[in-house]
Amino acid sequence: MSEKIIYLDNAASTPIRQEAIDVMISALENCFGNPSGAHKMAREARRLIDDARDTLSIGLGCDPKEIIFTAGGTEADNLAIFGSHSARQGTVLASITDHHAVVAPVEQLGGKLIQVSEDGLLDLDHLDYLLDENVILVSVGLVNGETGVIQDLESIVEIVRQKAPEALIHTDAVQAFPWLDVASLAQSADLISIAGHKFGAPKGVGALVIRDGVQISPMQLGGGQELGVRSGTQNTAAITAMAAAADVTVKERDVTVERVAALRNELADKLQEVPQSYETGVALHNGIVNRENKIAGSCHFCFEGIESEALLFMLEQENIVASAASSCSSGAQDPSHVLAAMGYSRDLAGGSLRLSLGHATTWEDISIAMEAVPKLIGNLRRTGS
Amino acid sequence: MSSKGKILVAMSGGVDSSVAAGLLQREGYEVTGVTLKLWGGPSDTGCCSVSDVTDARRVADSLGIEHHVFNFGDEFEDHVVGPYVRSHAEGLTPNPCIECNRHLKFDKLIRRAKALGFNLIATGHHARIVEFNNGLCIARGADFSKDQSYVLHMLDQGQLQQLKLPLGEMTKTEVRKIAASLDLRVADKPDSQDVCFISNVKGSRKKFLEQRIDLTPAKVLDKNQRIVGEVESIEMVTIGQRKGLGLSGQGAPKYAIEVDAEKATVTVGEKPDLYCSTTEIKDLNWIDAPYPNTVEVQTSAHGRTASATVTSSVEWIEPHRKVAPGQSLVFYDGDLVVGSAIAG
Repeated sequence: MSEKIIYLDNAASTPIRQEAIDVMISALENCFGNPSGAHKMAREARRLIDDARDTLSIGLGCDPKEIIFTAGGTEADNLAIFGSHSARQGTVLASITDHHAVVAPVEQLGGKLIQVSEDGLLDLDHLDYLLDENVILVSVGLVNGETGVIQDLESIVEIVRQKAPEALIHTDAVQAFPWLDVASLAQSADLISIAGHKFGAPKGVGALVIRDGVQISPMQLGGGQELGVRSGTQNTAAITAMAAAADVTVKERDVTVERVAALRNELADKLQEVPQSYETGVALHNGIVNRENKIAGSCHFCFEGIESEALLFMLEQENIVASAASSCSSGAQDPSHVLAAMGYSRDLAGGSLRLSLGHATTWEDISIAMEAVPKLIGNLRRTGS
Repeated sequence: MSSKGKILVAMSGGVDSSVAAGLLQREGYEVTGVTLKLWGGPSDTGCCSVSDVTDARRVADSLGIEHHVFNFGDEFEDHVVGPYVRSHAEGLTPNPCIECNRHLKFDKLIRRAKALGFNLIATGHHARIVEFNNGLCIARGADFSKDQSYVLHMLDQGQLQQLKLPLGEMTKTEVRKIAASLDLRVADKPDSQDVCFISNVKGSRKKFLEQRIDLTPAKVLDKNQRIVGEVESIEMVTIGQRKGLGLSGQGAPKYAIEVDAEKATVTVGEKPDLYCSTTEIKDLNWIDAPYPNTVEVQTSAHGRTASATVTSSVEWIEPHRKVAPGQSLVFYDGDLVVGSAIAG
């Protein structure tokens, strides 16, 4: 068993980058003034937040004034959807495989869910079918949290602009930001959500990009912070930390993606050798697996005859931590709505394993996982559970 | 303390299973706690709510043991909720706790435990495992008022060998005392009751059923087949039921003495009509050899017992209140569970 914990759950959360810790501690120690105030302590805090907005705007490809800081990705998604709907009544649409933070608000508003194909890509015909002039918002996550599948946002935008020119487009880019150039890939989106803890910042901080001219009603009223869209005293330290983490993430992204993709490919190739294993969201060309449509950090498989919970338990005994689908509030693994939508049977989906790599993942981590996962699957298949 | 080996304790978040975990740890077992997430819908009791998972986790934290949550929601739907609904649709009276024990706690969980390297599991049930004719059997717990041997009657030799019931020799009062001495936060938590996936709020069972099946209005007949009233849904009527038949104020109290789901009729009679000398049974099972002599028969989780002989049917020594089809009959020799059947 490995002495140190092999952390392969970066899609759930990432280790905090040192750069983020440094600026966060400095802000906590030195800049406790209320950023809405008038005196010099307040102004200093305000400056940190404005600097953070400037830094983040580079990674998001937007004007700094278009960034609204929130307390995380879920809040950003909720603000985008409820805020649009409150400003202008009508039908909201979302991808059926989106995060619950998108799907649940859309369902509450009586919206409709867009189907996906078995490779996880949005069914553009179904999108076309659902679109009409009553649609006011279409929300499609840029990258899926479970499978790591990247959506072709430009094609989606094109169809929406044609059939429902008045509709807003929101993309949850929470899983995309560590790996993809969100600034260019989401340039046509009207609303973009991100969450700091997916790229080396602490939990409890995120942002929503609201393009200039887009109408969003505030969901939380008070002191009128964040251009009146999101009242509440800003979390200066966390916002500063998120900007610092974003800065490193963007600057190192190309190198990280290349390095981690190589590690992921080693790991996934090894898991392909496990009998009755199915790698999600990949294409096969002449027997060669093409993972171009997945982010570099995603290694997601379904194993026949395996129960995720049992596999995860055994992995943990070996000090390897990972997950299956999204976790529910009790800490149990919920059945995956994503795999169900992609047409995986309940049994096969019940044997899913998400090994998600991150900026801190090393070759040693991967080599240990490569040995442990096939061995444990073999053991579990022998004993049955 | 040297380890007696690994054991997986099913922790519901209640006081009993919490104390079970604490006692086994004190005995020297290497205890891992697990809470089963069985039900995602609304519930205000039982083993399923998030707050109960939190209680179990915090107890495990205070004992310093590992705690996991297993999601058996699909199996619970397949083996407990689905059959519960179908039974009602057929006019039967199901016992979901027994089905949950049969399929989830003592089948699925034991198999899962084995796969994870645990040869033993434990629960906080009030019952004992005792030696019986070269094998093992379930016996009543020391606290008769809390005895749960009835809902464990289905355990076979293989399951009994892998199971520990640390509370069998204790009264509930003793359990609560131990919980307090271990400083467990659930020491005063009330006992769970009733069907864990249906809220206790009045009308919940009907609401639950009508979301899943079409409820059938039924005619209420007297013993001469005359229509004397009607009920909204035959699926909600159980033999022996007096209330909810719409007959109050019409002479002597009337009880449902027969429920015919196919014809959608409920026949009512007076109290003596509720009694019978024979109960038809199916799925007869003896732990060891059949008992030719009289046994004590229990027909509900906390009901009284009555003497009977069991052949292909149950022949009551004294006339016995009719048993609703679908209910389990558990046969006792003294404190020992020696067999069971289902009322046909």
